[in-house]
Amino acid sequence: MTETLIQPKPLTAKDFSSDQEIRWCQGCGDYSILAQVQKVMPTLGIPKENIVIVSGIGCSSRFPYYMNVYGMHSIHGRASAIASGLKASRPELSVWVVSGDGDSLSIGGNHTIHLLRRNFDINLLLFNNQIYGLTKGQYSPTSEFNKVTKSTPYGSLDHPFNPAALALGAEASFVCRTMDRDPKHLQQTIFRAAKHKGTSFVEIYQNCNIFNDGAFEIYTEKSSKADECLFLEQGKPLIYGAQNNKGIRLNGLKPEVVNLDSHVSAEDLWIHDEMDFYKAQILTRFFDQPNSEHSNLPRPFGVFYEHQRPTYEELLVQQVNQVISKKGTGDLDKLLRGSEVWSIE
Amino acid sequence: MINQEKLKDVVIKFAGDSGDGMQLTGAQFTNSTALLGIDLATFPDFPAEIRAPQGTIPGVSGYQLHFSSDAVYTPGDQIDVLVAMNAAALKVNLKGLKKGGIIFANSDGFDTKNLRLSNYAENPLENDSLTNYILYKIDVTTHTREALKDFTDLGIKERDRAKNMFVLGLIYWMYNRTLDNTIAFLQSKFSKKEQILQSNITVLKAGYNFGETTELFTSRYTIDKAIMPKGLYRNIMGNQALALGLVAAAQKSKTKLFLGSYPITPASDILHELSKYENFNINTFQAEDEIAAICSAIGASYGGSIGVTTSSGPGIALKSEAIGLAVMLEIPLVIVDIQRGGPSTGLPTKTEQSDLLQVYYGRNGECPLPVLSCATPADCFEMAFEAIRISTQHMVPVILLSDGYIANGAEPWKFPIASELPDIKIQHKNKLDEGEESFLPYKRNENLVRSWCVPGTPGFEHRIGGLEKQDNTGNVSYDSENHQKMVLLRQAKVDKIEDFIPLQTIDTGTDSGKVLVIGWGSTYGSIKSSVLELLQQNYSISFTHLKYLRPFPKNLGDILKKFDTIIIPEINNGQLIRIIRDKYLVNAIGYHKIMGTPIYKDELVGFFKKYLV
Repeated sequence: MTETLIQPKPLTAKDFSSDQEIRWCQGCGDYSILAQVQKVMPTLGIPKENIVIVSGIGCSSRFPYYMNVYGMHSIHGRASAIASGLKASRPELSVWVVSGDGDSLSIGGNHTIHLLRRNFDINLLLFNNQIYGLTKGQYSPTSEFNKVTKSTPYGSLDHPFNPAALALGAEASFVCRTMDRDPKHLQQTIFRAAKHKGTSFVEIYQNCNIFNDGAFEIYTEKSSKADECLFLEQGKPLIYGAQNNKGIRLNGLKPEVVNLDSHVSAEDLWIHDEMDFYKAQILTRFFDQPNSEHSNLPRPFGVFYEHQRPTYEELLVQQVNQVISKKGTGDLDKLLRGSEVWSIE
Repeated sequence: MINQEKLKDVVIKFAGDSGDGMQLTGAQFTNSTALLGIDLATFPDFPAEIRAPQGTIPGVSGYQLHFSSDAVYTPGDQIDVLVAMNAAALKVNLKGLKKGGIIFANSDGFDTKNLRLSNYAENPLENDSLTNYILYKIDVTTHTREALKDFTDLGIKERDRAKNMFVLGLIYWMYNRTLDNTIAFLQSKFSKKEQILQSNITVLKAGYNFGETTELFTSRYTIDKAIMPKGLYRNIMGNQALALGLVAAAQKSKTKLFLGSYPITPASDILHELSKYENFNINTFQAEDEIAAICSAIGASYGGSIGVTTSSGPGIALKSEAIGLAVMLEIPLVIVDIQRGGPSTGLPTKTEQSDLLQVYYGRNGECPLPVLSCATPADCFEMAFEAIRISTQHMVPVILLSDGYIANGAEPWKFPIASELPDIKIQHKNKLDEGEESFLPYKRNENLVRSWCVPGTPGFEHRIGGLEKQDNTGNVSYDSENHQKMVLLRQAKVDKIEDFIPLQTIDTGTDSGKVLVIGWGSTYGSIKSSVLELLQQNYSISFTHLKYLRPFPKNLGDILKKFDTIIIPEINNGQLIRIIRDKYLVNAIGYHKIMGTPIYKDELVGFFKKYLV
C-alpha cells in the first residue's frame, strides 16, 4: 500500500504544496517566502518524508500547514526547543524552524540563542516584519524606536534588536539576510542556508502590508534599492549603488563609504570573506536607520558569515558511540542489580 | 566487659554541619545495614544552602536511618541514637530524640564559637540539661588529628574533613559491623588521591579501634535479619529507582528514551542518573530552561522516541502551556514532578504533596491527562514503568508525582529480572490498515487512541499543532460542534484508561468497617504503620493507598461505600480530599500537615483514634 504513495518522479515545487487553503492576507510577504521554499526543497535531494517544519505562533507560524511535508505548529516561541529535541533524537531528518520577530526574538528569544550556540543542523527562517501581525499591530522587538502602534500611541521606548548581530553574538555558525521582494536572492539564500551544516540563521525582511506596510520599502523599491542595499558576494569587493559607483573601504576597523573614481578602485575595497568572523561582526553593524540623520552605510544582504563546526547531534552520536565502545550496549539486568546485592533465603 | 545486646529496632540520626559529610556517613551506614539483610528506610534532611555559614542552625544537615528485624515502613518518628557533630546539630535534633536516647557528641564542636552560633548560653554537654539522655562526649576532631599526625602533606582542614570517618568507624564498632564495604567504597571514590584515601581509612579504623579500647561503652548491639520475601535485594533511593524504571520501560519497548530536563531540587538526580546510561539508547539533554526541557521532549516524542521531562513544582508551572500542547498533539510524554514545599521557591529541600491540584487542573482549557503517584522509594521503579506504558499505549502525556521525601529516601528493593518485566508494544504507523483508504492522523482505535506516525514515514506527511483539530483529519478547525466533540473525546480517552490499570485494593485491614484511611504518595509508610498499630489494638480501621490518581481505579467508589468514615491525610492543605469529595460525594475528613516534614506515625494514631471510639 505504501509503495503506491511514494513519488517515483523527481519532486517539484507542487509536491511540497499541501491541500490546505492559505489564510495569509492578500499581498503578505509570506506568500513569496512560501513559494521560494517550495522551489528550493525539491532541489535539495532530501526525500520529502524526511523534512520537518516546526513553527511557533504568529502569522509566519502557519507556514507548516501549507507545506506537504511533516510539520508541527507549536506554541509561542518554542519551535526551536521542539526542533532541538527532534533533531537530537532523529539526526537524519532535515529540520526547519519557521518563525517571526516576535516568536523568535521576544517570547522565544532564549531558545533562539541557545539553538545557535549548540549548532544543531537546523534552518531557522526568521520572518522579520518589525510588527506583531497576528495580534493586530503592536510593536515588536525589531520595530524602530519611537514607533507609534496600538500599544504605543505616544511612540515606543524600546531600542530594537539587531538580529544578525544577536545571532553572531550567540555563536551562530551561519548568518544571512534576505527579503521577500527579491525572489531570486531569497531562493539563493534559502538554498545556501539549507546546504550549511549547523544552525542557519536566515533573517528575511517581510512586508506586513496590513500593520506595517512599507517597513522595508527603501530596500525593496527600485528607486532606492541599489543605493541602500549592499549585496554580499564571497570573494567580491563591497560595491553597490545605482551606477555600481560606491564601495566600502576599511579604515582600520572603521568601515567607510567611498566613491569609486580615479582615486579609489575596486582593489582598495573590502573584499567579502564569509569565513572572517571579525569582518562579519562589523558587517552586522551596518545597521543605520534609513532616512535618519546619521544614515550612511547601506544595509547588507546575503551571507554574512559561515563557519563549519561540529553540530550538537554529531557530537551526541559520537559520544554515545564512545560510551558503547567503552561499556558495551547496556545490560538491563546488570543495571537493575547495581553494585551491591544481598540474598534473603 | 562489653555486653552484646540484641535489638529489634533502631532509629539513628547523623547530624552535623553541611560540610561535615553526614549524608555520606549515613549512606555508608545504610549500605552496610542493607547488606546484612536488615530492613530499613532512610530520610536525608539537608538545607537548601549548599554551605550555609559553618556552625549555624541553618547549616545543619542530617541523615536519619531506621533499621529493624521487623518490617520497616518509615524512617521513624523518634530518634534512638543521635550523632551530633556540633552544637547546632544537637540544638536542631534534640526535640526528635527519645527520652533515654543516646547522644554521641563531638565535644570539639561545642567550643565557644559553636555555642554562640547555635545560640547556647552555656555548653549543654557540661550542664545538666541532658540528664534525660545517655550522653557520650567524644573529642572527634582531636582524635582525628591524632590519627593523622603522620600525614604531614595534608593541611589541617583536609585532615579535619576525615572526622566523619571516625564517627562512622565508631558506630560500626557499636553495631558489630565490618569496615569492608566502606573501605571498598573509599578505594573507588579516591582511587586517584592516595593521600586522601589512606587518611580516610586510617581515621575510619581509628574510630573503630576507639570503640574497642575506650572504657566509655558497656554494650555493643546486633540486629537480626528482617523477614522479607526471598530473593535478591539491593538498596535504592527514590530518584534512582525512578530513573531505572524509565530505562527499563524504554528497553522493554525497544524505543529510544529522550530526557529533556533543567536542573531543579529535588529532581536533578534523575537527570544525573539517566545521563550515565547513553549506552541504553538514552539521550539526555540539559535544556536552557524548564520550557525548553519539556519542548525538546515533545520534539523527541513527535520523532518517535519516548520523551520525558523531570522537574519540581515551580518547573511544572513553567511547563504548563507545553503540557497542553502535548495533550492536543496526543503524543506520548512523561512529566515527572518531584514535589517540594511551595508556593514559589518555597522550601526547595523539604517535602510536600502540594502539586496535586496543579497537575490535575493547572492548565488552560479542558486539559485532562493521567496522573500517577509513587508510594515509596522502590515503588518509583514500578510507577515510572507504568507512566511510560500508559503514555505510549494511550498517546497521552502522563504526569508522575513523587516528592522530596521519596526522592532522597532509600529502602531495600527486591529488584526484578529484566526478562520478567512486561514488554511494551510500540508500533509507529507506517502502513494503512485493511480497508483504510487514506491516512487520517486523528482517527482513533477502540480505546480512542490515535496512531503514532513519525516523520520519515513516506506517504504519511501530515501536520499537527496546538490549534483545535478536526475530528479524524487533524486539520485546523474552529467549528463549534467539532470543538465540543474533541474536548469530550480527549476526556473520554483519559477516562478509558481506568480499564487498563489495576483495581484498587485494601493495603491493610479489612474491606469494610468503621474508618478507611486513603493515602497517596510518600505518606504510605506512616499511614501503614499507624493503621497496623491500631489494628493490633483491635480498632476497625483499614488503609488503601492510591497510586493511580487520574483516572481513579474504577472500583474506588465501591470501596468507599463500605466504610462509615473516610480520612485522607496529606502533606498539604487538602488536595486529594477535594477531588475525592467532588467525584464520590463523600464527606471525607482531612488531616493536613504542612511543615516541610513527613507526617509521623504517632500523630496519625492519635488523630485516627478520635474517629474510632
